[in-house]
Amino acid sequence: MIPFMIDGQPVEGKEGGNVLEVALDAGIEIPHLCYNESVRPYGACRLCLVEVSRRGRTRLTTACTYPVLEGIEVYTQTEKVLRARRMIIELILAMCPGDQLIQDMAREMGVHAVRFKQEDKDCILCGLCSRICEEVVGAHAIQFAFRGDRREMIPPFLGEAMNCIACGACVVACPVDVIKMKEEGDERTIVRWKRTLKMKQCKVCGNYFAPWFQLEKFRDQAKLQKDFFDVCYTCRT
Amino acid sequence: MTQTEVDGIVKQYGAKESAILAVLQDIQSKEKYLPKETLEYVSQRMGIPMATIFRIATFYNALSIKPRGRHKIDVCMGTACHVRGGTKILDKLERDLGISVGETTKDKRFTLESVRCVGCCSLGPVAVVDGEVFGRLTQDKMPSILKEFK
Ligand code: SF4
Ligand code: FES
Repeated sequence: MIPFMIDGQPVEGKEGGNVLEVALDAGIEIPHLCYNESVRPYGACRLCLVEVSRRGRTRLTTACTYPVLEGIEVYTQTEKVLRARRMIIELILAMCPGDQLIQDMAREMGVHAVRFKQEDKDCILCGLCSRICEEVVGAHAIQFAFRGDRREMIPPFLGEAMNCIACGACVVACPVDVIKMKEEGDERTIVRWKRTLKMKQCKVCGNYFAPWFQLEKFRDQAKLQKDFFDVCYTCRT
Repeated sequence: MTQTEVDGIVKQYGAKESAILAVLQDIQSKEKYLPKETLEYVSQRMGIPMATIFRIATFYNALSIKPRGRHKIDVCMGTACHVRGGTKILDKLERDLGISVGETTKDKRFTLESVRCVGCCSLGPVAVVDGEVFGRLTQDKMPSILKEFK
């Protein structure tokens, strides 16, 4: 374990870890949007800014991408940090004025008015959905498209995300809850990715328990026998 | 573009992930854009997810997912050309061709783009058509220049 300080409090992090995870573990709150412990840090939202002192030099940096190093001093509440954070949440709020979570965070940080041109987007471009889909699910269904201020998270050619197995992982991961999943009859839809898949019915209980496409993919990957998924997870155990 | 043509391009660079940009560039220069069906075949042939290919295809300015014209006009909007009347040249072209910047004429003859400095400010205002530089432009000069590109 590597010892260092956060806000004057001694903490320890593991080799290869980052400052944000150590802080959160120690109960020190640092606001963050694009960090999720099941995927690699990405540094997109810039909200987790802190000041780090190392060998007598101090700089503003994102805690989620800053590695745990022996002897560093991290400050999460300096005037500089708070000012930078307020600016960032104000910018995100200007881009996505309708997101409940962003409104709440802004209010908590003392941002009550937006001085910038407002847009009507809902996606904060944290990239979590696509990173989860890639690193955890392995489906590679969605990715960022375009660049700069036109950057968007959309399915290829704005059509249906054909690699999506409708697992719903991105629905859960999205911090601002703008990816919706719908289940109607024997169909499940991930609305934002325009993906609708037929569900398979369990031979025992009759519930629609998972999309065909997903089960077939798992069956092929794990080389299971043909009738393996005839019975749902609950009825099997 | 036929699948055999794509196969040829892929073979040249190898069906590995790092080759994707080179493959896309070759398709772009042949087709003047990246057709959806072609990208779908590339995705399947190289084993690279469509989402990844779409991300790359929309990231670089040199690649386009929309059909482009046979000739590309880049009007310089760098500082020097701008103050020397680059906007007037662009206005004239937009009016004559009936399109705005970034668009392609219906007959697929021209695609109009603006760029930030092509590096010969003393010739401003400048436009580049298919790589050929035209300097000291005036609105009156434009029709005769375009006539050379069928
Ligand atoms: S629902 Fe689709 S896009 Fe979302 S994580 Fe699952 S496979 Fe990926
Ligand atoms: S959580 Fe660190 S930049 Fe988003």
